[in-house]
Amino acid sequence: MNWITEHKIPLGSWMEAFVDWLTFNAAGFFDAISVSLEWVILSVVEIFQWFPPYVPMIMAAALAWALHRRISLVIFVVLALLLILNLGYWQEMLETFVLVLTATTLSVVMGVPIGILAAHKPKLYTFMRPILDMMQTIPTFVYLIPTLVLFGLGVVPGLISTIIFAIAAPIRLTYLGISKVPEELIEAGKAFGATPSKLLFKVELPAAMPSIMAGITQCIMLSLSMVVIAALVGADGLGKPVIRALNTVNISQGFEAGLAIVLVAIILDRIFKNPGSKEES
Amino acid sequence: MSAISIRNLDVVFGDKVEASLKLLDQGKTRQEIIDLGGNVVGVHNASIDVAEGEICVLMGLSGSGKSSLLRAVNGLNPISRGELLVRDGEQMVDIGSCDETTLRHMRTRRISMVFQNFALMPWLTVLDNVAFGLEMQGMGKQERRAKAMEKLEMVGLHEWSDKYAHELSGGMQQRVGLARAFAMDSDILLMDEPFSALDPLIRSQLQDELIELQQRLNKTILFVSHDLDEALKIGTNIAIMESAKIIQHGRPEDIVLNPVNHYVEQFVAHTNPLNVLKGRSLMTNTAQLERLEDMLVLNRNDNTCISTNTDGQVISASRQGKPLALHHWQEGQNISQLPEDTLVMATPDISMRQAIEIRYRTGHPVLLNEKDSLIGILSDKDFYHALLGKHFTTTEAGMAGG
Repeated sequence: MNWITEHKIPLGSWMEAFVDWLTFNAAGFFDAISVSLEWVILSVVEIFQWFPPYVPMIMAAALAWALHRRISLVIFVVLALLLILNLGYWQEMLETFVLVLTATTLSVVMGVPIGILAAHKPKLYTFMRPILDMMQTIPTFVYLIPTLVLFGLGVVPGLISTIIFAIAAPIRLTYLGISKVPEELIEAGKAFGATPSKLLFKVELPAAMPSIMAGITQCIMLSLSMVVIAALVGADGLGKPVIRALNTVNISQGFEAGLAIVLVAIILDRIFKNPGSKEES
Repeated sequence: MSAISIRNLDVVFGDKVEASLKLLDQGKTRQEIIDLGGNVVGVHNASIDVAEGEICVLMGLSGSGKSSLLRAVNGLNPISRGELLVRDGEQMVDIGSCDETTLRHMRTRRISMVFQNFALMPWLTVLDNVAFGLEMQGMGKQERRAKAMEKLEMVGLHEWSDKYAHELSGGMQQRVGLARAFAMDSDILLMDEPFSALDPLIRSQLQDELIELQQRLNKTILFVSHDLDEALKIGTNIAIMESAKIIQHGRPEDIVLNPVNHYVEQFVAHTNPLNVLKGRSLMTNTAQLERLEDMLVLNRNDNTCISTNTDGQVISASRQGKPLALHHWQEGQNISQLPEDTLVMATPDISMRQAIEIRYRTGHPVLLNEKDSLIGILSDKDFYHALLGKHFTTTEAGMAGG
């Protein structure tokens, strides 16, 4: 047995060498991504901050009303946001919201096309499935390290880690939705002369829309669950006070910041879950 | 002029087409080919012509290949071998070998389809479902909605235009499916068991509506059905399929009267012959009638007789020596207003249903005249034969009974 322990396979060193190689050879590329993403996120946060707090509040309330037509939800959204404002986490809430928004947008923009492709090429999906499983099961702290090395401290490594963690949801559910489109609808599309692109946009995507929407909602919640971890590498937002409270064993700050995260989670979940569906009540 | 012309068509599903065709040529059956590691054979060596304006019904049990053949016509199924020509104006297009653009042209302009389970898009309103094909043609929103509305009116659903498919009953959903197909203004309609998912009353109603629409629109329709009654009711011609082959193709009456084998016979035995059979194929010939002196005996029990002149024209009739009135019946005359207790003379093309109605009304056999001379009669025995499904073995039955 000694032989086995003495001849350690240098898996870790290989990975390190690979990351080193990336940093050395593609530093410019990663820096460019880092700078531009950071600029986008910070500018969006600034735009929101420029408004007095009641403007985003009214926007959130209006969105809740537009999607669900339930006055109770609107009241809840306004009260929750008022509480966050009162606790003094308004800016952190905005930063978190923008981080979640950016991560979700990027995940959906990349994930939905990948999901469509996977549904059309079953072999590709067999190959992708273990990778997706791995992305969701590897402890997030582990890929925080290389992203930190590649993108530097700040909001971007947090964002990238969030995307790696959350993108599996839109991919899986888009794949599921597209491959479950009834054969007869596809045949009807073809029989009436749909081109492949019309078949995708006029038959497959509308038919898969409920599943894709579920994927997006899941993606939002997964992104939100990453805010505390993202704060570890320097991302702003509600995660920061939590980390700070942990380091200083500050129970009151920890409770308030944690409550704010829960409120944001409930608001996002209630607003984006099954928009327009009639069965929810 | 044929709208669809199919020659020696084979449809094989899967990736081992060549090998499967070879096995097919060696005379192997479908099951043997699958056992030998080949593919599923959908259609084997089918040849059929569908004339313009005709309703051709493909009939058979499930798995007989009728849907596979239908789906080959618009290229939904692969054409492994043979020729499948569809009319496009003055020319014929080979669906098996044409390019994508031509195939799409055929699908958007020439051939439209109606599905068994309607295949309506659940996220579109009824109106937009009808306009779906027009959208694929590239028509603008206003124009296609206007046209779709027109077709919805045609099937009587214009008041439902802004509802969704699931809010409609099955029969209404299939009317939407019909309207969607009609909206394309294509000459050829493929209908894949369109009424099978509906309950019997609605089914029969939609069959009537289809027949009525067809009289106005005069499309070429290829219709798949597993129900011979339906096939007999709407088909101009019927092609019967059994394990991937067309085994009999002919007019409805030919199928009922001369089934080629036991499989077809079984179908025929379970159909209602009332609407299909004509007097000519049911009647007892004049020559077979019993003679009493110079009179022909229609009913020995009450001594009903007729006498004819040398040309075979019926000149008088009597019962127990008393004269009976004669009446000429023509297609379209109201049977319930015929005088009772008269002998009715009709054309040999009278349908069995009408003949039975006349028999029921007058209480006497029906005399069949052609060119003013008596060629046969329809009596109770003939009707019972037909109703019992024995008409395709008339000779045996006649001999046994006589």
